[in-house]
Amino acid sequence: MERIDIYPTHEYCGYKLRPGRPYPFGATIVPGGINFSVFSRSANYCVLALYTKGEREPLVEIPFRGMFSKAGSGEPVWGEFRIGNVYTMTVFDLDYENIEYGYRFDGPDGHARRGESGFNRFDPSVVLLDPYAKAIGGRDVWGKEPDWSEPFQHRGRVVYDDFDWEGDRPLEVPLEDLVIYEAHVRSFTRDASSGVRYPGTFAGIREKIPYLKSLGINCIELMPIFEFDEFENSRKDPNSDLWLKLNYWGYSTVGFFAPKAGFAASGRAGDGTMVADELKTLVKELHKNGIEVMLDVVFNHTAEGNENGPLISFRGIDNVTYYILTAEGYYYNFSGTGNTLNCNNPIVRDMVLDSLRYWASEYHIDGFRFDLAAILGRDQWGAPLANPPLLETLAYDPILGKCKLIAEAWDAGGLYQVGSFPAYGRWAEWNGKFRDGIRRFLKGEPGLLGDVAQRLQGSPDLYRGRGPTASINFITAHDGFTLMDQVSYNEKHNWDNLEDNNDGGNDNHSWNCGWEGPSDDYWINALRFQQIKNAATLMLISQGVPMILMGDELGRTQRGNNNTYGHDNELNWQDWTLVEKNAHLLRFFQHMIAFRHAHPMLRNRSHLTNTDYKGTGYADITWHGTRAWQADWSGNVVAFLLSGKHAKGGTVDDDFIYVGINMHWDALPFELPGLPAELQWRIFANTSMTSPEDIWEPGSEPVLQDQHGFTAAGRSIFVLVGK
Amino acid sequence: MAFDAVLKMTPAGVAIITLSGELDASVADNFRSEIQKATNQGARRLVLMVKDLSYMASAGLRVLIFAKQKMGSNVDLYVVEPQEAIREVITMTGFTQSVIILDEYNAAEIESV
Repeated sequence: MERIDIYPTHEYCGYKLRPGRPYPFGATIVPGGINFSVFSRSANYCVLALYTKGEREPLVEIPFRGMFSKAGSGEPVWGEFRIGNVYTMTVFDLDYENIEYGYRFDGPDGHARRGESGFNRFDPSVVLLDPYAKAIGGRDVWGKEPDWSEPFQHRGRVVYDDFDWEGDRPLEVPLEDLVIYEAHVRSFTRDASSGVRYPGTFAGIREKIPYLKSLGINCIELMPIFEFDEFENSRKDPNSDLWLKLNYWGYSTVGFFAPKAGFAASGRAGDGTMVADELKTLVKELHKNGIEVMLDVVFNHTAEGNENGPLISFRGIDNVTYYILTAEGYYYNFSGTGNTLNCNNPIVRDMVLDSLRYWASEYHIDGFRFDLAAILGRDQWGAPLANPPLLETLAYDPILGKCKLIAEAWDAGGLYQVGSFPAYGRWAEWNGKFRDGIRRFLKGEPGLLGDVAQRLQGSPDLYRGRGPTASINFITAHDGFTLMDQVSYNEKHNWDNLEDNNDGGNDNHSWNCGWEGPSDDYWINALRFQQIKNAATLMLISQGVPMILMGDELGRTQRGNNNTYGHDNELNWQDWTLVEKNAHLLRFFQHMIAFRHAHPMLRNRSHLTNTDYKGTGYADITWHGTRAWQADWSGNVVAFLLSGKHAKGGTVDDDFIYVGINMHWDALPFELPGLPAELQWRIFANTSMTSPEDIWEPGSEPVLQDQHGFTAAGRSIFVLVGK
Repeated sequence: MAFDAVLKMTPAGVAIITLSGELDASVADNFRSEIQKATNQGARRLVLMVKDLSYMASAGLRVLIFAKQKMGSNVDLYVVEPQEAIREVITMTGFTQSVIILDEYNAAEIESV
């Protein structure tokens, strides 16, 4: 059946139109044309500007209210294409592959200019980006300096949203079974050593899927891939034309619905659909290989900055709706980046929800990590809410029903919610206390065992009632040192960031093992690798969900820089020659990850109970020290025993696992707890040994000669399996 | 150059479509109807001769997928002698998994069904 409303009712400058449909917002391909729909509560006038791709002057500007000609007869006729606060029209016969579009808005009162405070920022001389644009032109090729005289910088494009998914769907791997790998799209393969055909792109990652698979991770978390402007706050060397600083990481969103075109090899074709295809193909291929895709999403602020920032989209459309403003009309800055998105305004809340639903359904994204998520729980005046509607909405949304939701549970305005983020049974958290506690413990600080024991068990002190899966366990992430730098530097070395070494955190809890920076000393380097292996072991044998920072498995360094957000160079790029150079470290990570996958006892959904509810003679977890069954909580030496009969709440049989942790500087003998008669202790890992005796392939662990005791070198961890 | 698509059927049931010009959204339907014709005539292989095709955008990629779906996933789809830009588009977006790219028409491979 053909629809009976696919015909124009109005004409304007030769363009055929009809009143549009308000839903969905954005530009949508419909039979015969494109439906445009955009919201503003404060505006009173709106014009659609259509461009041929890349052209400076619009093809036509069509007002949503005014005199038109009647289609067919050409008689003058008044028209108003608005429903409520939504401006919407369908324009027929547009070549969707070759147009770009934007809007001009005007409003009744207040036209605060750049640099001034104020509530409305309407400026009808500026063409604005549609907040719902599904593809955005203007930064099609990464790092290509834009023509700054071009008045319309970020240009909406239309996407044909079909794709041949070949039956793909999100994997729905249980959260407790995930091993997450946090990576930056460009950093991962940009370096020539990656050997990929399209370095630094979605297609580049696709070529590295075999590597990810061999590592054993089953979830890749991509740092921001929503369209951003790498030239925001950029700085060029006046002498060499080199960029000293870019908005490289991309934590500053231009559009919440569009993938970063400059991350697509196909971006240079200037075809938004092709960029979408490239990203969808990546997701499909990762899924085929059992790897989920999580996106790091930045909803706390936008690329428009404070009152001195550019007029790109939101603020020119409806400033008071989209942003949290002070009583004087300045931007609140809970994000540390100039503005704060007004997330608990009902309209903005809907936009966030629409965006996430779009990524989950159109791109088959498996989960989201929310940057500075504490902001999402602030009210329209910035105060923390007890029951934040946005967080509740996301937790209960039907389309997001199986997506992982992970909060960075703090913000730059001082709200710290690790352990108390409103969870609604859904939200997990980046466990900042795991990071800090384990870092200090690794340095050898005494008196931390009570805290460390909680971290190893999935932080029941923080997440009682929520379970270990509320805890994303990480020691390093994009913010801060890499793991190699964590053991190579006592202090940050951020001079390249051009902020006089004042940026980046000072609470690194790092230890350089005796020399600041690279060293030729055999013992220093050996200790550094041992410490990295200690860190990897603690993270991967802990209850909860481990997250590995890209390159930590290879010993990637940022030369002591703990805040490399602006560097499009080797400070961020993965050096693939390390695969060979540090093959022993990669092997250690591979086996440690495989061990985690092999042992359900490490991946419990509920907290351990410290009791023997199965009547096996062993509690699910027991604590030991250098003497079996006697933990000494005062120092920095501890051991624990997991009884495999209690795996997954006692529903699955697993081996016994014993972990001896000696963070004392000198070697210590550990007395081993006895096993049931038919079982023997086997050695899986010993971080003090050199490869290949530092770790064994899971399943091939050799039997220990001495079944009663094991001497652990200073600052080392050993892992045994009893079977 | 204007887009053109010419269909030729071989006695062995191989449909050969020669494409030239620019394949974008405005002409994708012409191409689509040639594929439909080939399917109706019982084609068992589909070969696209694209030496003179100078441009292909996302709409063109979609027609390749359309062809694949029409012919059935076990029917091979050959793209012969693509210009570099078109080869790139197919590779970058990952459509290489759906088509077989050949540098020249290889009768032995294509016609042995």
